[in-house]
Amino acid sequence: MLTTTVVPSGGRALISGLDVRHHPAEVKRQIGVVSQANTLDRALTVWENLYYHGRFFGVPRAQARARADELLEQFSLGERADAMVFQLSGGLAQRLMIARALVHEPQVLFLDEPTSGIDPQTRINLWRILGDLHRAGQTTLLTTHYMEEADVLCERIAIIDNGKALALGTPAELKRKHGADTVITVLVEGDPAELAEHAERLDGVRSVEREGSLVRVLATRSDGVLARLVETAAELGLPVRDAASLPPSLETVFLALTGREYRE
Amino acid sequence: MTGYGHTFLALLARDIRVLRRNFGQFLIRTIMQPLLFVFVFAYVFPKIGQGFHGGSAGISFSTVLVPGLIAVAINFQGIQAVALPLVQEFSVSKEIEDRVLAPVPVWMVGLEKIVAGAIQSLIAAGVVFPIVFLVHAHGAAPKVHIHDPLIFVFALLFACVLASALGLLIGTVLDPRKVTLLFAVVVLPLTFLGCVYYPWARLTPILWLKVLVLFNPLVYMTEGLRTSLTPELPHMPIWAFMLALVGGSAGLGLVSLRTFTRRVVT
Repeated sequence: MLTTTVVPSGGRALISGLDVRHHPAEVKRQIGVVSQANTLDRALTVWENLYYHGRFFGVPRAQARARADELLEQFSLGERADAMVFQLSGGLAQRLMIARALVHEPQVLFLDEPTSGIDPQTRINLWRILGDLHRAGQTTLLTTHYMEEADVLCERIAIIDNGKALALGTPAELKRKHGADTVITVLVEGDPAELAEHAERLDGVRSVEREGSLVRVLATRSDGVLARLVETAAELGLPVRDAASLPPSLETVFLALTGREYRE
Repeated sequence: MTGYGHTFLALLARDIRVLRRNFGQFLIRTIMQPLLFVFVFAYVFPKIGQGFHGGSAGISFSTVLVPGLIAVAINFQGIQAVALPLVQEFSVSKEIEDRVLAPVPVWMVGLEKIVAGAIQSLIAAGVVFPIVFLVHAHGAAPKVHIHDPLIFVFALLFACVLASALGLLIGTVLDPRKVTLLFAVVVLPLTFLGCVYYPWARLTPILWLKVLVLFNPLVYMTEGLRTSLTPELPHMPIWAFMLALVGGSAGLGLVSLRTFTRRVVT
């Protein structure tokens, strides 16, 4: 809807003060879009993809040329300038898509699940690129299924489920507000039943699970709980094999908000 | 509006860039069919004395073929240059998703495709004309003269626009899995029943066919060119093909742009 290819059934959305429903052509001028599918122009070379994109957006010839050269350099695609697009690997094609979306210096850059189905190296490289853009002041709207990615890259996050925005805020706010728990695990030698009972009485502990010789504690606060558990184990004469504390994650926020049942 | 104009011209420049890159292919696919046709029917047949003549005294079959084969080239190019790439862009490559993000109303992206297709049709007509005019056996030369330049230009331009609009409509509605049927179901019937190899006026003995082919846009392209290039042959009244070419271009143009916009913006 924000990229004007789906007409909203209701409500109002503005981009740079322009209504997406009433001024789609003007809105398109303000945005750059990197869709999930590779939509590069297969009939053109890498360089031409950038050049003609600039021309579509009214960038004068000489400037479009310079901008194409500059972006190829910035995205380390310079060597492939004259290659046809279908010769590019997935990672390179995606980099070119991002470069293309930036040719006309959009107010807002849209990225639709940029890291779904790509290899770890490409993903890390992409995160680096997006981080650089962010630091350079580029407003970016990213959609993703990977909570880790949202946590790393985003300043503000909206969690949307079935077309409804369930929450909006910074990663830290969301975690605080929606009761994400710190997960503390203590592995002991022997029967941890007594340790678990003690754990339940600790301040800030929401629930305790047992699994063999492992105690898993979900705590609403992270400070001190792990230490108290280790101390208690020592008092009970249980040797501690391993102890760990996992900070709250967006994943748990997401699941808390949307439920755990499987979606089609 | 000038902003839109720039974008429109840039889209056109992109299509022309691609055409220039693939010009060899463009020539081959444009030339082969009419070249073989005139070779067999205007050279081989008269040479070996096999029947086929224009039906009127002193008029060779090659004369019938000149406007017909030019119209076929125009029509075929419209479909080939607009519909086939569009089917790909909608399905396999998804390129259309990017093209419609150009900062113009979506219908304008469609209009650009019609204009680009019409330009290719026009080039195809220019390429095919000397071939159908020059390839023939001794004594079987076509009789061609531009009787009224205004009607000729008019018929030629509107034939190109009509063919291209048809291409846009086909490209928008065609299911990519059925693309192989395009030739069997659309191109071949249009061509063989498009008054390419016979003037429309001669169909009187088969009245039902004479009426039926009026639904075929190629008939008006052929008859328009026939009237202006080979006026000795019987042809449709000028007002009739003028009306059909202009009305058809406008009507099919609007329908195809509407369908295109609806397919893109959901």
